[in-house]
Amino acid sequence: MNVWLQALLWMLFVVTIMMVSGASIIYMLRKVLAAAHLRIGPNTLGPAGILQLVPDVIKLLTKEDRHPNFSDKGLYCLAPIIIFVPMLTAFAFIPFGPTMVAANVNMGVMMILAFLTLVPLGVFAAGWASHNKYALIGAVRSVGAAITFEIPLLLSVLPPIMLAGSMNLSEIVLAQANGFWFVIPALPSAVIFLICAQMETNQAPFDMTEAESELVAGFSTEYSAMRFGFIFLAEFAGNFVMAALAVTLFFGGWTLPGIDPHSMGIFAPMVLIIKSYIIIFLFMMVRGNFSRYRVDKMAALGWKRLIPFTLIWVLVFAIGLRAVQTLFGAGA
Amino acid sequence: MFEQVVIAVFIIAGAAFACLVLSLSWLLSPTKPTKDKGLTYECGVEPIGRPWVRFRPGYFVYAILFVIFDIEVIFLFPWAIAAGSAVTGWFIIIEMVVFVTILLIGLAYAWKEGALNWH
Repeated sequence: MNVWLQALLWMLFVVTIMMVSGASIIYMLRKVLAAAHLRIGPNTLGPAGILQLVPDVIKLLTKEDRHPNFSDKGLYCLAPIIIFVPMLTAFAFIPFGPTMVAANVNMGVMMILAFLTLVPLGVFAAGWASHNKYALIGAVRSVGAAITFEIPLLLSVLPPIMLAGSMNLSEIVLAQANGFWFVIPALPSAVIFLICAQMETNQAPFDMTEAESELVAGFSTEYSAMRFGFIFLAEFAGNFVMAALAVTLFFGGWTLPGIDPHSMGIFAPMVLIIKSYIIIFLFMMVRGNFSRYRVDKMAALGWKRLIPFTLIWVLVFAIGLRAVQTLFGAGA
Repeated sequence: MFEQVVIAVFIIAGAAFACLVLSLSWLLSPTKPTKDKGLTYECGVEPIGRPWVRFRPGYFVYAILFVIFDIEVIFLFPWAIAAGSAVTGWFIIIEMVVFVTILLIGLAYAWKEGALNWH
């Protein structure tokens, strides 16, 4: 088959996954947060309010798209696309099964994190171009949060890379299928990865960029209609990407312990998706149960706690790994 | 080769998809611009002053520190692949301990000087 056509089919498949996961995460968020707050959540349209999404999408599509008078119009229109496209591209690197990975690159871990890093750029463009004080404060906080949590996030993916001896996500999954889930030796890294993922997806307790009670809607205050829809979709799709990456690096990816990875067949993507939703549920429970950090406390948490801790932990992990290899032979 | 094509298609077709949906929304939605609709939101009153202000130079220190540590982490990635296999021995680990210790001293200095306090 023509490579371009094949790539386009992958793109359509990933867009479908992104839409479905975005929609289901929005519904799940409403229900889980409602349950955490002892509310009911959507319950009118369809069984258990599941059809609530349909009027939401219709509303986003048919609302008037306006832009503020003094805004930087070109950048304002471009910003949702700058947020959406890297998020979509990040999906290309996630292995959904033995051969179900759009771009099976050797630098998989680094590529996926590189594309996720582009998202705060779009967020800042959106906040700056809006010509609104709330939007600008939200955008500045978003950049501050991004540079604070980028480093612990990158450092926390190092132990799985050391254990697998590769940055290829498919090989990391297979290394876990042949041995043990990397969360067992690298539990602190998994915890730090999940904390940083919580920040990367702008969720409480790290949602200073769109703190409703202080900044209206943060960087997206001036956005309406489908442009806002894309920002919204990218945010919830980011939830799925971070959860799927956590599953791939620490919780065995699409494999299950005790089952031959090559006999998984059609169940492989289902296993990955179910595991990802368990992680997303964890994100939502944290979001429902913890109150928002103050901006300076968030910066202090990143720079004074997580960065020194992860740096030392990576060294401790490397020394421990080498000691085990020396004591029990290279196979360990 | 195929991987580069996939990434290129994702970027180009992703942007095209976004433009397609945005133009669909443009076709479906009404356009009735008024002067007041264009005002930026500021809790209902007319906006006072311009929001594009200058930032504290304190943020610049954060940016510099970020660049330093980000580059350090880039060095750690290839090291991590090599350090994972047993054949590379202890020397590679000791090297990285020395390298990270120097950076941690730098971080401790920045901490002592108050560069890590968000204002």
